[in-house]
Amino acid sequence: MQLFRSHVLVCGGTGCTSSNSEAIMTELNENLAKNQLDNEVKVVQTGCFGLCEEGPIMVIYPEGTMYCRVDVKDVPEIVEEHLLKGRLVTRLLEASSQLQEDNQDIEQSSFFKKQLRVALRNCGRINPEEIDEYIAFDGYKALAKALTDMSPAEVIQTIKDSGLRGRGGGGFPTGTKWDFAAQQVNDEKYVCCNADEGDPGAFMDRSVLEGDPHSVIEAMTIAGYAIGATHGFVYVRAEYPIAVHRLQIAIDQAREYGLLGDNILDTGFKFDLEIRLGAGAFVCGEETALMTSIEGKRGEPRVRPPFPAVKGLWQKPTILNNVETFANIPVILLKGSEWFASMGTEKSKGTKVFAVGGKINNTGLVEIPMGTTLREVVYEIGGGIPNGKKFKAAQTGGPSGGCIPASHIDTPIDYESLIELGAMMGSGGLIVMDEDTCMVDIAKFFLEFTVDESCGKCTPCRLGTRRMKDILEKITLGKGVMSDIDELETLARDIKASSLCALGQTAPNPVLSTLLYFRDEYEAHIRDKKCPAGSCKALLAYEIIEENCKSCGLCAKNCPVSAITGNKKEKIPFVIDPILCVKCGVCFEKCPFEAIKK
Amino acid sequence: MNANASGCMEKDESKHLVTDIVAKHKNSKGALIPILHEVQGLYGYLPIEAQEVIAKEMNVPISEVFGVISFYSFFSLNPKGKHQVSICMGTACYVKGSGPILDKLKETLAIGVGETTADGEFTLEDCRCLGACGLAPVLTINGKVFGRLTKEDIPEIIEGCKTEGGIIQ
Repeated sequence: MQLFRSHVLVCGGTGCTSSNSEAIMTELNENLAKNQLDNEVKVVQTGCFGLCEEGPIMVIYPEGTMYCRVDVKDVPEIVEEHLLKGRLVTRLLEASSQLQEDNQDIEQSSFFKKQLRVALRNCGRINPEEIDEYIAFDGYKALAKALTDMSPAEVIQTIKDSGLRGRGGGGFPTGTKWDFAAQQVNDEKYVCCNADEGDPGAFMDRSVLEGDPHSVIEAMTIAGYAIGATHGFVYVRAEYPIAVHRLQIAIDQAREYGLLGDNILDTGFKFDLEIRLGAGAFVCGEETALMTSIEGKRGEPRVRPPFPAVKGLWQKPTILNNVETFANIPVILLKGSEWFASMGTEKSKGTKVFAVGGKINNTGLVEIPMGTTLREVVYEIGGGIPNGKKFKAAQTGGPSGGCIPASHIDTPIDYESLIELGAMMGSGGLIVMDEDTCMVDIAKFFLEFTVDESCGKCTPCRLGTRRMKDILEKITLGKGVMSDIDELETLARDIKASSLCALGQTAPNPVLSTLLYFRDEYEAHIRDKKCPAGSCKALLAYEIIEENCKSCGLCAKNCPVSAITGNKKEKIPFVIDPILCVKCGVCFEKCPFEAIKK
Repeated sequence: MNANASGCMEKDESKHLVTDIVAKHKNSKGALIPILHEVQGLYGYLPIEAQEVIAKEMNVPISEVFGVISFYSFFSLNPKGKHQVSICMGTACYVKGSGPILDKLKETLAIGVGETTADGEFTLEDCRCLGACGLAPVLTINGKVFGRLTKEDIPEIIEGCKTEGGIIQ
């Protein structure tokens, strides 16, 4: 095997690829060749490092130096300075203020220090397209251990003892689910992986598939052994081309190595996997709908029971776990259930991956032990809110979840505490909102989403969510009446109680949770016809603050409807005619003296 | 990608291509959706003629094929423009202002969401989270990602598509 003095890891996740990391790799390889370094330095394309905000990311080992927002133009300098002369390119370190102090050890930076990477253990460490790199980091060792040293019942017991719960949002104990399926007597059973990550703003599962696809393959094979299944399906969103591509490479490599197929590791155990692409239906993230979709039909959910563990795919016993849940399995078998159960809180063990986004400095992927507080995530790992704005709320669980207001920022994050607050863990999207975000508008945004994505099979969800959306629209247009709030609450209760599947049962949550914590905002929209966050266009009234106006006339010059008058020469302050104003906000953006308020 | 995105492929002549795709998948369980994915890859959408072939070859009623197509937003019944402009409406992008950017796109292209310009150049779509939240707000044109956008960037991006050698990948 060839040895290299340096390894340059370039992020090949979706975020960094979107900002041209592939061109950076090409340029890097050319420059290395030009400097005759190609036998000393190896370039590796990895999965997501997590710090997506600062992408494209490059890490150089053995030093562990992280370069941020690298441009193709920076590459010759990095090769010459860092790799040839051993000097840091400080300009690129400084891109992230959080990483400055300890730039030589990324693990100690504020972004990484509080994280604990279990499910993401290999993301940003290995080349996901090389099975050997996965094997070098103990890959497929857990499978070998399960097949040769453990009975299926022992595997299930280990997972049960670890306390692992479903990471897709429901939080159902994984071991118990496997046990149900294992108890079924049937010569045909299935293992399915839910990679239909539909929550807007969530990209944990995609990052695992892109950065460490073998961990999912290994875990599904172990699950097959545990419940007695020989076939598995990974249901992936068609919107994730890189993840699908790498997963297919990984499956092919595993087959070639005898880690999938008829006689795995010469034990006689048989298991194989197939990828099935989703086609843009959010409801297919629901387990029964997902299975109907794999069967090639309209992805409509069906009544449970019977649960999939009894009658699932093609009416056969089936288990369905989420990508992140699977990614935890191999490491639990290797390090033991006690190790896993030592992390987290009493009822929520282990770690959870969150995709942190919205109004936050370090947008990206973080993995934290359960029980970490929201404050730590937002202010320490996330680096706080941009432009010195105030934290207003964090939204978790996407269209099924709710928000956690600033007053509860010290809540430890686990399944129970979030439910108590009226939010939920969800699959791990965590969107931060600041004072400029209108909570009524956010509730409307999520309802629009559910209305769009409701499959239409049951009435409460199909018609009820639309009715709720209509009311919210009315409120944001300033046409609401106080009884609308009561009607929203009644509808919410009824839809939750009577919908067929989780999509409908949870769809009212964003409204209920914003009503719980931000009722005053709803009332301000209805009673005062004002949007406190200044975001609902219909409720805005632009006004020029006389004492700040320098009579420069820039606002009047840019106003598309000539609603602003004044006199530049005679220094007469400008005024906006509210009747002519179309509330486009151009004057507000153009004014250099902050003399316009909304 | 699309062998003929403008949708002008002679549908009768290409019938055998659809038959081949069906034959390839026919024996695996739940084959309809993988077949639709592949046929859409061929034409850029799912023309009625292709649906007829699929239904006949799979021996299922065409209503079943159509029912599945209309259920999933990824499948399209109409040809799309040369440039598919998709603005991300995921929560992270929405919170960072993809709404006003969509308004600007509608204004610049003079079409609504889901519509195609009369010259067949542009189709405007809003899409689900692309997962490039670090670059929010983002849009894609034929898969190429434009991130950290402001309203002011829009006219230039659209103009860039019209110039020779612009985007189409």
